[in-house]
Amino acid sequence: MTTAWSGELSARLRGFREVQRLAYECAEAVAAQLRPGVTEREAARMQRAWLRERGVRDWFHLPFAWFGDRTAFVNFRVPLQFFPTDRRLEPGMPFILDMAPVLDGCTADIGYSGSLGANPVQERLMADLEAHRDLILREVRERRPLRTIYEDVDRLMVRQGYANRHRAYPFGVIAHKVDRVKQRRFSPHLFGFGAQSLKGLASDALHGHREGWSPLWSPYRFSDHPPRPGLWAVEPHLGFRGTGAKFEEILVVTDSGDPEESAFWLDDDLPHVRRWAKEM
Amino acid sequence: MLKGARERRVRTGGIELCVAELGDAGQPTVVLVHGYPDSKEVWSEVAGRLAEHFHVVLYDVRGHGRSTAPKPLRGGFTLEKLTDDFLAVIDAVSPGRPVHLVGHDWGSVQSWEFVTVARTEGRIASFTSMSGPCLDHFGHWIDQRLRKPTPRRVGQLLGQGAKSWYVYALHTPVLPELAWRGPLGKRWPRILERVEKVPGGDYPTSSLPQDAAHGAWLYRDNVRARLRHPRPDAHAHAPVQLITPLDDAFLSERLYDDLDRWVPRLTRRTLPAKHWIPRTRPDQLTAWITEFVRSVEDGRPEPVKPTGKYADRFGGQLVLVTGAGSGIGRATAFAFAEAGARVIAVDRDAESAARTAELSRLIGAPEAWPETVDVSDEQAMEKLADKVATQYGVLDVLVNNAGIGLGGSFFDTTPEDWKKVLDVNLWGVIHGCRLFGRQMAERGQGGHIVNTASAAAYQPSKALPAYSTSKAAVLMLSECLRAELAGRGIGVSAICPGFVNTNITSTARFAGVDAEEEKRRQKRTARLYGLRNYPPEKVADAIRRAVVRNQAVVPVTPEARGAHLMSRFTPRALRAIARLEPPL
Ligand SMILES: NC(=O)c1ccc[n+]([C@@H]2O[C@H](COP(=O)([O-])OP(=O)(O)OC[C@H]3O[C@@H](n4cnc5c(N)ncnc54)[C@H](O)[C@@H]3O)[C@@H](O)[C@H]2O)c1
Repeated sequence: MTTAWSGELSARLRGFREVQRLAYECAEAVAAQLRPGVTEREAARMQRAWLRERGVRDWFHLPFAWFGDRTAFVNFRVPLQFFPTDRRLEPGMPFILDMAPVLDGCTADIGYSGSLGANPVQERLMADLEAHRDLILREVRERRPLRTIYEDVDRLMVRQGYANRHRAYPFGVIAHKVDRVKQRRFSPHLFGFGAQSLKGLASDALHGHREGWSPLWSPYRFSDHPPRPGLWAVEPHLGFRGTGAKFEEILVVTDSGDPEESAFWLDDDLPHVRRWAKEM
Repeated sequence: MLKGARERRVRTGGIELCVAELGDAGQPTVVLVHGYPDSKEVWSEVAGRLAEHFHVVLYDVRGHGRSTAPKPLRGGFTLEKLTDDFLAVIDAVSPGRPVHLVGHDWGSVQSWEFVTVARTEGRIASFTSMSGPCLDHFGHWIDQRLRKPTPRRVGQLLGQGAKSWYVYALHTPVLPELAWRGPLGKRWPRILERVEKVPGGDYPTSSLPQDAAHGAWLYRDNVRARLRHPRPDAHAHAPVQLITPLDDAFLSERLYDDLDRWVPRLTRRTLPAKHWIPRTRPDQLTAWITEFVRSVEDGRPEPVKPTGKYADRFGGQLVLVTGAGSGIGRATAFAFAEAGARVIAVDRDAESAARTAELSRLIGAPEAWPETVDVSDEQAMEKLADKVATQYGVLDVLVNNAGIGLGGSFFDTTPEDWKKVLDVNLWGVIHGCRLFGRQMAERGQGGHIVNTASAAAYQPSKALPAYSTSKAAVLMLSECLRAELAGRGIGVSAICPGFVNTNITSTARFAGVDAEEEKRRQKRTARLYGLRNYPPEKVADAIRRAVVRNQAVVPVTPEARGAHLMSRFTPRALRAIARLEPPL
């Protein structure tokens, strides 16, 4: 991207890219410290501490950690079950770290999947996520309705033999919009979500409702509209017999007529993308 | 008696044991110990099969077959003396290397003694036990239940007590001997055949009356003493595989509830069969013994641990699922894979079958193969049946699941449509049952067939005349076949799901509408089924359970169960529902 237009854009995106990288660095650092016996709560605290040390004060949502079959949200019925528990990590167990720090007003929302030692099922799931990253970008560039893309992702998952686990998220979303947040001296939280960010989402929802779009990318009718310019945190989440895997990262959608510029992943230098490149 | 066996006689403690060996002596040694009233020939089927891979050793227990009896008999059959015999045998046949021990009935009872006493430590590599508990464990089991007699425990005591009638009978003096040497001995082969379903032929041998008379001392010399004063330290010093036949008339499954306490490395197996499994299920026993011996020989520190539910039942079994590339079939393949079964995933779509097989291996199937076959193609199915028989073996479980959807009024349904749906939904099942069912029946060692019918088999509907007809036929076929195969130990189950969230809605044909309208209806049904969102995994669980419990007809999903009840009690209401216009 060399045009003046995209130059300006990338300057504005730089902050988002930096905080997203920081979040993934945090995930890798914490993952490297995980040992048998560590609890989800401890893993969540480790993420929080690591990012606080690096200047993060506000959150879109506080860090999550899921171990074992909780990575596939087995038997999740109420949203409170997403919060970290005292489940302990065991050798071979899959885990997911999910965090959404805000730094200098820029939000990241990332998901990092791994396992303590080898876990062939989880490795397979991670490898199979690549096709979803490609599919989502391609169809967003084609300006398909978000609901249709959602269904196509669903179909791909089923063909791969997996279950859609992002369906377990509130409203079953595969993605949600993120934005700049105003920085306040105090950053209160509501059920783990930053008050400023929730305010942003709510005002988007209000606007969108009038204009016929939604900041939540769901399987429902309110997502039956083409991709809306902005930053979308996209999080396809596969589940297979008690093992889950996801990535989460920001997809930039613009109103450019050029397909390449109309949508692109904020950053291609992320752990899961590097992994796929190595496997090639 | 045993084809190709090398015989020798081993002298010990004033008697002479008749010992037979098969197979390559360089391979790991497997020692088979027979029970009561038997001789080593009870193992003939298993021994021959095992000899392909192992050095197999069998001997007649003292006083049985062609081994001599101690004099006097009383006091000559104590577990201590039986242990002396065992050590003498393995000293002779495998002096330098620990052996893999396998016991059935009293052979298992004595083998428990062998693996739990100190003087055999290091001589036994593994022990596979069937239908014979450790008397000491049994003593503790009774003791615990007497000491804290909750209603359930008393029930367990009475249950086992009733099954042990023959043990009391054998404690009466002289009478058992008279019976065995007289009428009982004569009738025994018939009784085995009728009641225990043991195939006739060269078993039991002519030494039976003598074996049975002498063997009564096994009970008299040991049972009372051990049950009254069980050893407190009867811990196994080798890994143990416990194979429990679920329809054993003499032993309750519950006996083994506390076994983990005594056996640090325990692998459990169950199978639906009666007491004499060495005669009735030689293939399954051979497979399990082979796998267990191999796992120990390969130095895997822990024997294979069951992962999924019912792993004790399906571990190592061969399961074929048709329509395994999607929906219910794929979930079923995974469910059996998780239980450790070897899976053959059949689908007409090659890629999805391959995917199912691949993922099956990831979650616990020791082996899994994709097969691309159209179940409605008679010749292709015949070829598949041949290939399976020669390359993978005889199926233990067959799931005829492939099926297609077809909606639309009767008059809109063309003969072509009818043919297509009947070809897959009915003929596919017929071919499966015909070809694989015959292999199962000919093997004569049990098995199970599951056919996926549908709630539409008993819920009429003006919107699905052809589909429902095909499924009603599958249901009736399953019922008839169940009746026919019952005598051969092969179960047949029909599964009747209601609305399950699978791909079937997106591929179903709708007769009498153009392509565009068909697309619209597919999409609409897919969304409706998606809202209902009943997962195929739950149907797969029901299928696995149906096999374990040998259920005849299994409605899955609440609506299928409701309709099933209505079809019996309020068929008129069901007929009224049949007239409703579906919400398409
Ligand atoms: N989904 C439901 O609501 C429902 C309800 C009741 C019964 N059933 C029955 O369950 C069975 C499985 O259906 P599903 O819902 O999983 O559907 P599905 O379409 O998801 O899967 C069916 C699989 O069978 C394969 N198949 C179709 N025809 C075949 C043929 N001729 N040879 C080999 N493979 C073939 C397909 O390729 C597909 O992979 C069917 O018999 C269906 O009638 C389904």
